[in-house]
Amino acid sequence: MQDDVVIVGGGQAGLSCAARLRERGYQGDVTIVGEEPWPPYQRPPLSKAYLLGQTTSERLQLRSREFYEKAGIALRLGQSVSRIDRTARRVEFPDGDALGYGKLVFATGSRARTLPQSARSGLEGIFTLRSIADADALRQALRKSTSVAIVGGGYIGLEVASVCARMGHKVTVIEMAGRILNRVASAQTAEAVRRLHQRHKVRIVTDAKLCAFLEQDGRVAGISLIDGTEFDADLALVGIGGVANAELAAAAGLVVDGGVVVDEFGRTSDPDIHAVGDCAVFPFAGRPIRLESVQNAIDHGAAVADVLVGQPSKYDPTPWFWSDQYDTKLQTVGLPLDYEEAVSVQPENGDGFACWYFKDGYAVAVDTLNDAKTHMASRRLFSAGVKLSRDEILSPNFDLPQYARANVKSTS
Amino acid sequence: MLRQKQRIHRSMTMKPDKSPARQPRVTFIEATSVSRTVEAEVGASLMETAVSNGVPGIDAECGGACSCATCHVYIDDGWTAITGKPERTEEEMLEFAIELRLNSRLSCQIKLTDAMDGLVVRTPASQTY
Repeated sequence: MQDDVVIVGGGQAGLSCAARLRERGYQGDVTIVGEEPWPPYQRPPLSKAYLLGQTTSERLQLRSREFYEKAGIALRLGQSVSRIDRTARRVEFPDGDALGYGKLVFATGSRARTLPQSARSGLEGIFTLRSIADADALRQALRKSTSVAIVGGGYIGLEVASVCARMGHKVTVIEMAGRILNRVASAQTAEAVRRLHQRHKVRIVTDAKLCAFLEQDGRVAGISLIDGTEFDADLALVGIGGVANAELAAAAGLVVDGGVVVDEFGRTSDPDIHAVGDCAVFPFAGRPIRLESVQNAIDHGAAVADVLVGQPSKYDPTPWFWSDQYDTKLQTVGLPLDYEEAVSVQPENGDGFACWYFKDGYAVAVDTLNDAKTHMASRRLFSAGVKLSRDEILSPNFDLPQYARANVKSTS
Repeated sequence: MLRQKQRIHRSMTMKPDKSPARQPRVTFIEATSVSRTVEAEVGASLMETAVSNGVPGIDAECGGACSCATCHVYIDDGWTAITGKPERTEEEMLEFAIELRLNSRLSCQIKLTDAMDGLVVRTPASQTY
């Protein structure tokens, strides 16, 4: 029992941790307990190709069934954990069954935040998008819909907006803040993305606070804003952020603050319990953050596996992220959180776009639109710890890819 | 409209072709020289074929969205014409792949066809620094 690892959460982070344990030669039992009926699968296509019906749930799965068998990773799917008993070191299930652990890893992820208005109204036709089940329901409903209201101008909302526009629906995005992508990108990036959506006839309304859903025959028929404006909509997608699934950890008495709080080694307030991925709040650049990204799920899961096999290193990632909207790929390296200045760079020809975020004269993040070269060069440089000065980046004829090749250890 | 369609990234995978022909076989050779031959589905990507068959050496962190450059492979001689040339985004992502070679491709961007029966690709020793 001392050598057994139980991972609560069957998503990308949980799989990454389990796979890495085996890669590192971990000999104890490894069990992934997942609430959903599917083995770990990738979520990004749920708001893109999967929603469009262009791929299957099998193709979304991150590993084949044979992988888990060969690796000796036990999968307990479709099972909710009711409680963690830290004294007895057991994971308990609603039917009374229990699973002992030597080490426990929370990889419970996040869930879509919901609107109080949707809870109050109880109307049909209001969706959130997080799982395969959500995407199936949404796709089905979209077949019968013609006008869609997207509440929330973040990545999920914008990706679904682009899918709906492609399907020929009338789309309106309602964003509470003064601009879309308010918490995650600069005004310049937000403006470039807004123009992209406008070219595809998606209407974006900002400074728009939702008042109520309008109804007809028990279904959503539109939305009204606090200022009295009304929009028709026979379907609403609510994309207003994610909430960490930290309730189990909180009930078990662990420190939770917007997520399961961990140190730079992924350890919670209990030395035998770790947390990784969307559900975890970890120290980054001197402050606690929670990252919702594929990169973080994979890297954090792997980092904690290294800790569990006795080869710890501090989790100090170079965050990266992407979002596909229409034929545009938005990519980000670093975090546009604490920055002093954002400067956008647009080449004269070509449709690339970059927005650099500077603090104390150095780049802390960069967004690019259809400029994978700049994205990858930046990612290499950031990972290698090479500081990029504002003056260098903004000087004319600065060749970032060339600079990256010269300053990052070459492996070619 | 046609121009727009051509710029759709191949991160949106297509449904498999229901052709009754034998499934194309692909051989993956690791840096250690260990070789595996697997049966692939027409329409699936080379990356999906590797991952679903448990072929090691391909990380595919972004799941095939042409956003991570960790599904890097080397296309063997004689197959480069059939597998084709990368589009702009893939080329740019590849520039910083580990141990880039002239025959480097991102395997998530190669969709398998019957003509690729017998394809041989090699995987690099590592997908990340």
